[in-house]
Amino acid sequence: MNVPDDLLYTESHEWIKREGENVRIGVTDHAQSELTDVVYVELPKMDRQANAKEAIAVVESVKAASDIYAPVKGTVVEVNKALEADPGLINREPYGQGWIFVLKIDNADDLKQLKDAAAYKEQIG
Amino acid sequence: MSETAQKTTPLYQEHVRRGAKIIPFGGWLMPVQYTSIIEEHQAVRNNVGIFDISHMGQLMVEGTGARAWLNTILTNNIDKLEVGIGQYTFLLNERGGIIDDLIAYRIDEEKFLLVVNASRTDEDFAWLEKYTEEGRSPDRPGGLETAAPCKDVDLSSRSADFGGVAIQGPRIAELFHALFGEDVDLPPRNHIVDLEFGGTNVSVARTGYTGEDGVEVFFRASDAAKFWNAALEKGKAFGIKPCGLGARDTLRLEMCYPLNGSDLSPERNPIEAGLGFFVDLTKPNFIGRDVLLRTRQSGPREKLVPFRMKEKGPPPRPHYSVFKNGERIGEVTSGTLSPSLNWGVGMAYVSAPHAKIGAQIDIEIRERKFPATIEKKPLYEKS
Repeated sequence: MNVPDDLLYTESHEWIKREGENVRIGVTDHAQSELTDVVYVELPKMDRQANAKEAIAVVESVKAASDIYAPVKGTVVEVNKALEADPGLINREPYGQGWIFVLKIDNADDLKQLKDAAAYKEQIG
Repeated sequence: MSETAQKTTPLYQEHVRRGAKIIPFGGWLMPVQYTSIIEEHQAVRNNVGIFDISHMGQLMVEGTGARAWLNTILTNNIDKLEVGIGQYTFLLNERGGIIDDLIAYRIDEEKFLLVVNASRTDEDFAWLEKYTEEGRSPDRPGGLETAAPCKDVDLSSRSADFGGVAIQGPRIAELFHALFGEDVDLPPRNHIVDLEFGGTNVSVARTGYTGEDGVEVFFRASDAAKFWNAALEKGKAFGIKPCGLGARDTLRLEMCYPLNGSDLSPERNPIEAGLGFFVDLTKPNFIGRDVLLRTRQSGPREKLVPFRMKEKGPPPRPHYSVFKNGERIGEVTSGTLSPSLNWGVGMAYVSAPHAKIGAQIDIEIRERKFPATIEKKPLYEKS
């Protein structure tokens, strides 16, 4: 499974990419493989404020619906509308065009709570 | 249940070797998909796919009293079965509730093969055993006026020694001939025949759970890998794909074939499930008959109906609530995004007055209501 070294991770299989005051968030390659074919994505509402570990989006495969969590406290400033027409982007490009939303983070220190690639690799075995 | 307690089929190593994603299902470790549920689904609709069904139970009922006795246990009429033919039927409890749905094949005058659901195999066997040992008498609930001659019935399970595959899709005839020879005839619908394959005997039944033409093939466990690999090799020319339980579920749901444990349960009877066609109430006696007669007379309280979402949106799922004009009228039992229609579909039990084709209902998904329409069966038909 692909676990890029330059990203941060959560136990619940989101990846986090730092972009200045914002973080871009998606689900990991491991997660998309476990989910199987993604057929529907419920995006978070723009300007929604979320606490860390709050369910904020839903990714649905043929078989099941799975919650996606805000990795840190922040405000939704961008959502990936392309997923509404082509949810399979999450399977094909989990770290690229398959991103789900961007959060403006309240406190950059919160990112220290997240896992690095090595710790996430260890988690998924 | 821990993974160590899960059973594996004789094809388990083949699934692992081919990189299938494995999940626990009904006490078994089974492939849910190889590459993609949607791709496997389309392979079956357009070409041909092969499924491991070795987890399904295979029970044998034989002896001079087998036919008469079994006809008091199952809902459909076995007297209508000629040797070499199978029928879909139910095993009911005394309340008319569904213990299992199964196919009963008449292998010989007084010999029957019951192909039952994996998760119910032990329960089915225990139920049948109870009724062979104790017989049936008027003082038992659901009992007969005269006890059936059950001492002449021999019951056995060959589940552990046998495996099976389903091969399904429009190119089945081509693959069948490639496997068994150009001069060997495909058995007609619902027929079962013994055929020679690579020096051993296999049983081939023209049936399936996908809505496509197809066969189910049963063989000794020791022949499983040989047959599986031969079918995949010969099937390459016809675009075969090994398929998992994920595609099996989407294929059957598009056809509105019920899944025991989801759409069927001991709390539901075949009339509520819309499957009264497989119940012969003209038979003088079978377990659950009195309850079904009453249900038929008074009409079921709830009915199982197929539905289709009106808008593109989240797919329906089991246990979502069904509403009509703001009033809760039922619950979804099966739901998915139909790969053939690329649309949300499902089945739900709804209160009988609302169970009308064309009726507008709402499915509640994450506290929002999404409109849907009650459809007729099947949800998907080839154009």
